[in-house]
Amino acid sequence: MLTLLFDGIAYGMLLFILAVGLAVTMGLMNFINLAHGAFAMVGGYITVLLMQRAGMPFLLCLPLAFLGSALLGAVLERSLYRPLYKKPHLDQVLFSIGLTFMAVASADYFIGSTQQIIQLPEWLKGRTELGEGAWMLGMGHYRLFIIAVCTALTIALQYVLAKTRFGSRLRASVDDQRVAAGLGINVNVVFLATFAVGSGLAGLGGALGAEVLGLDPTFPLKFMVYFLIVVAVGGTSSITGPLLAALLLGVADVAGKYYIPKLGAFIVYSLMIAILIWRPQGLFVRQGGKS
Amino acid sequence: MKVPKSWAWWEYVLWVLLLASPLVLPERALIINEIAIVALFAVSLDLILGFTGIVSLGHAAFFGMGAYVAALFAKLVMPDPLLGLAAAIVVSTVLGAFCSMTIIRGSDLTRLMVTLGVGLILAELANKLDWLTGGADGLQGVVMGPLLGTFEFDLFGKTAAWYSLTVLLIMFVLARHLVQSPFGATLKAIRDNRLRAMAIGIPVTQRIAVVYTIAAGMAGAAGGLLAQTSGFASLDVFEFHRSADVMLVLVVGGTGWLYGGVAGALVFTLLQNVISAITPQYWTFWIGLFLVVLVLVGRERLLRPWTWFGRGGKA
Repeated sequence: MLTLLFDGIAYGMLLFILAVGLAVTMGLMNFINLAHGAFAMVGGYITVLLMQRAGMPFLLCLPLAFLGSALLGAVLERSLYRPLYKKPHLDQVLFSIGLTFMAVASADYFIGSTQQIIQLPEWLKGRTELGEGAWMLGMGHYRLFIIAVCTALTIALQYVLAKTRFGSRLRASVDDQRVAAGLGINVNVVFLATFAVGSGLAGLGGALGAEVLGLDPTFPLKFMVYFLIVVAVGGTSSITGPLLAALLLGVADVAGKYYIPKLGAFIVYSLMIAILIWRPQGLFVRQGGKS
Repeated sequence: MKVPKSWAWWEYVLWVLLLASPLVLPERALIINEIAIVALFAVSLDLILGFTGIVSLGHAAFFGMGAYVAALFAKLVMPDPLLGLAAAIVVSTVLGAFCSMTIIRGSDLTRLMVTLGVGLILAELANKLDWLTGGADGLQGVVMGPLLGTFEFDLFGKTAAWYSLTVLLIMFVLARHLVQSPFGATLKAIRDNRLRAMAIGIPVTQRIAVVYTIAAGMAGAAGGLLAQTSGFASLDVFEFHRSADVMLVLVVGGTGWLYGGVAGALVFTLLQNVISAITPQYWTFWIGLFLVVLVLVGRERLLRPWTWFGRGGKA
């Protein structure tokens, strides 16, 4: 049972890293970006290709996956996304669906539709077990690794957003672009950097998650729903909301698939709809936050 | 955007042409049938997206529901197509009424999620209840009886095309009446400014719920037609790309204009047939590229100006 909880938490942490960039673009910049999963897929493929073709070690690939997708995010933000910030949500939805379709077809064309396999280094393959019987806790080392990385990232993100000068600039730009610009904040640069970091995090999540979630060209479509659930349920006004939502979702999904496999993903979707009917703005949202 | 109350001359011409098309192009009857179904689906989405301003990513839920109900009705109860279609409409209308509770609150994001979620739940159900629906293999062996007891469905799809076109015409007339009625005017008021609509005494939530229910019924009819004319229903009818495609159809033709759905269906289906004949595997790439260009260039510049629909769904 504890093993299940542990796996659920690891899964949730992974979802959080994948979705947190989306929480920023969607919640803070008010842009509905359904193409977020495509950035995650790019990160995953960068890792896979570097490891398979160039023989690079896994740990070196992770930062490269982050940088690669951050760079792609920055280029796309500057060229395609920026004119769309002011457009209606319908346009944003259509645009990002279009991007997703293109990403899926391109990945299929260039890399092939088969599922890619990541060769983990030896020291991540093991498994440690504590206790016994019903309370046995089995921890896969790779999952421990994921939890460690994600915890570190979460703390860093929270610190950047809450304590640094960049964080206050971002929050100011989000609350009122014109006033922020009047105060001498370069809103465009702030948004560009934020979008790039968000895409980079998605790429890192994709690289980390390739082993757990599987990686094939339909990745953006398959997991888009999960990211969106995390963001919608968690609310978009803070980092802690999506984190808690991701953990809840991860545990519910793993437990549901273990105890009632017949229902499959049914539980997660029903849970989401129930929560959203109950709290349409998300579970953890401060009053008067941006809607 | 102004639609004249009475039918303009070109509308009569258009419908006569549409209804005559299976006779003129008998070898294209299958495609005509497909176009009619997509058009009906798009018109139903237009009611909630174009006229009420609600962004939905889960319209395929009702389409799929209609398809499965029609197929199951033919298989288990009786093969009469009209009764099956009625059953599909009734069930998806009820489902729509139930789901309308989920879309009356919240922001665009919440609505996107909830509509998407409903579609996913239904797809999951259709997959898991394989004793009833055939699971991932789809529901096979649907045999339709003759239409009105006399017209047999043939392999070339001529009967099917006329059947779908007739249903499209009837539904279209109903939708046209709906959006031109005072009720339709209140919908447009809600789309343009929900707060103001509320302030002048329009019962906003109730109106949204009603139009969502009606649109669900129409989408169910489209799904039912698909299942009946193809004799098959599979998980594909619930898939995300159905919802995305129909949105694309509508945007190509123009939202907030009922003929937009018909025109979009015509263009989209022909385009899909042409492109997928050239590159069967990668045609989604071109659709994606088209979407991106469409949004970046702007529909109002790419298409005719009257198809431009100003405010999106700012909740």
